[in-house]
Amino acid sequence: MLEFILDLLFVLLKIFAILLPLLLGVAYLTYAERKLIGYMQVRLGPNRVGPKGWLQPIADALKLMMKEIVIPTNADKFLFVIAPMLAIAPSLAAWAVVPFDEGLVLSNIDASLLYVLAMTSLGVYGIIVAGWASNSKYAFLGAMRSAAQIVSYEIAMGFALVGVLMAASSINLHDIVMQQSGGIWHWYWMPLFPLFLVYFISGIAETNRAPFDVAEGESEIVAGFHIEYSGMTFAVFFLAEYANIILISVLTALMFMGGWLSPFQGIPWFEDTFLAKSSIIWFLSKAAFFAFCFLWFRATFPRYRYDQIMRLGWKVFIPITIIWILVLGAVIAARVSYVTLGVWTVGIVAAYLLLNKIATRAGT
Amino acid sequence: MSLEKIIFYLFATILVLAALRVITSRNPVHSALYLVLCFFSSAALWILLQAEFLAITLVLVYVGAVMVLFLFVVMMLNINLDVMREGFIKYLPIGITVALISVLEMGIVITGNFTLDKFPAPARKAVDYSNTEAIGNVLYTEYLFSFEIAAVLLLVAIVAAIALTMRKRPNTRSQNPSEQVLVKKSDRLHIVKMDAEEKQS
Repeated sequence: MLEFILDLLFVLLKIFAILLPLLLGVAYLTYAERKLIGYMQVRLGPNRVGPKGWLQPIADALKLMMKEIVIPTNADKFLFVIAPMLAIAPSLAAWAVVPFDEGLVLSNIDASLLYVLAMTSLGVYGIIVAGWASNSKYAFLGAMRSAAQIVSYEIAMGFALVGVLMAASSINLHDIVMQQSGGIWHWYWMPLFPLFLVYFISGIAETNRAPFDVAEGESEIVAGFHIEYSGMTFAVFFLAEYANIILISVLTALMFMGGWLSPFQGIPWFEDTFLAKSSIIWFLSKAAFFAFCFLWFRATFPRYRYDQIMRLGWKVFIPITIIWILVLGAVIAARVSYVTLGVWTVGIVAAYLLLNKIATRAGT
Repeated sequence: MSLEKIIFYLFATILVLAALRVITSRNPVHSALYLVLCFFSSAALWILLQAEFLAITLVLVYVGAVMVLFLFVVMMLNINLDVMREGFIKYLPIGITVALISVLEMGIVITGNFTLDKFPAPARKAVDYSNTEAIGNVLYTEYLFSFEIAAVLLLVAIVAAIALTMRKRPNTRSQNPSEQVLVKKSDRLHIVKMDAEEKQS
C-alpha cells in the first residue's frame, strides 16, 4: 500500500513538473503575442508593468481573478460554469503522452497518437456548451460556427496523422520521433510535405486562431462563444486557447520536425560538436518556432470568409490528404526510401513556386 | 476490496446513473451531455480491461465526432418536451413489458451460462502488452475479409446518405472562390486619364 501511495505521489509530482512550465509558457505566450504583434505593427506593445512589461501577464491574471463572474439571466448555471473547465481539461490532459526527450515522457502508451487526437477533438465541447448555456444569440452563433469548423478540419487532421503513422509504422509518439533520426532530410516534413502543411493549417483552424477565428469574429458576433463570460471563467477559456496553441506546435514538432532530434545529425563536419547532440533544447526551439508562426499568421492574414473556410477544409485539404496517403502507400509498397520521396516532393513544390514566380513576373 | 474494484464500481455507478439521466432529463441538451458522460465512463471501464485502443476509439469517434453533431442538431431544434410526453401513459404498459422481458432474458443468460466457473476472468496481461498491436495483428490477418466487407458497407452507406440528401436547386447562386482569387486589378479597375480642372471662381 505504501509503495502504491509513493508511486501515486511520484506521478503527481511529474504531472506538476509538466503543467507548471506549461502554464507559465501560456502566460508568457500571451505577452509574446502582444509584444510581437506590436512590433510587427510598429508599436511597442505592453511596456508599463515591470521592466519592458515583463510583469504584464501576472497583472492580467490578478485583474481577472479579482473580477466578478457575471452569470446571465436564464443561463444554464451549471453548464455555464463547467464549460471553461471542459475547454481546458482536454488540452492539459493531452500532455500526458507528449515525449520531451528520449525516454522523457509521463506515459509511454502505444496508442498515444490516437489519444492525442481524441483529446484535441474534445476541446469543442467547452465551446458548444458555453455558447448554448450563455442564453445569448451571439454566443450561440459563435458556438455553432466553431463546432462546424472543428468537425470539418478534424477529418483533414486525422488523415494527415494517418500519413504519419503509415510512414513511421507506429502510433507511439516516442517511436515516431525515433523513426525520423538521421538529419533534417530524414524528418517527415519532407516526404509528408503536403500533410505537414495540412496538419499545421488544420491545427490553426482547430484552435480557432486567426485567420480562422470566425467563432469569435469581433466585427460580426462581438466575441462569439465567450461573450457572456467575465473574470476567471473568461481567463480559463483564454488559457485553454493558448494551451492548445502550444500543444499543436509541440505535436507538429514531434510528428513532422523530428522532436528532440538535432538537424545536424549525420553530417560528418558537425559530428563531434554539441550541435549534433539531440536534446530537449532542439525540441523546445522547434515548438517555439511553430508557436511564433501562430502569432505571425495572426498579424499577417485577414480573416477568412466562412464559405471559404468550409471550402478549404472539405474540398482542398481532404482530397490532398487522401491523394498523399495513396502516394505514400505506393512508395511503401515499392520500397522507395522516404528520403527520395522527400527530395522529390520538396523539389517539385520548390520548382512549381519558382516557375509560378517567373510566370507572374513575365505576365506583368 | 482492491483498488481496481473500487475504480470499477465508481465508473460503473457513474455510467448507470448517467444512462438513467439520459432518459429522465427534461432538457434534450442535458440528455445528450449525459450520453457523453456514459461513453466516457464506458471508455474508462474498457481501459480497466486493458483494451486501451477500443477505449480511445470510443472517445474519438462517439464523443469527439458523433455526439458533437448530435448536440449541434439538438441545440438547433426547438424540441417541445410536453408534446413528446403526451403519449407517455398510453405506451407505458408496452414499455414496461419490453423492459421486463429484456431484464428477464439478461438474468437467465447471466445466471445460467455466463457464470464465473464457466467463463473464468481472463488473466491480466503483462505490463508491456499492447492492445493496439494485438487488434491490428488479428484484424489484418484473420479477420481481413470481414474487415473489408465492413469497410465497403460503410462506404455504401456514406454514398447512399449523400445521394439521398443531395438536391439540385436551380435557383441557388454560388460563388466560385478560385475565380474570385484569380481576379486581376485590370479586370475590375479602370483608370481614366483626365486633365485637372480649375475651380471656377
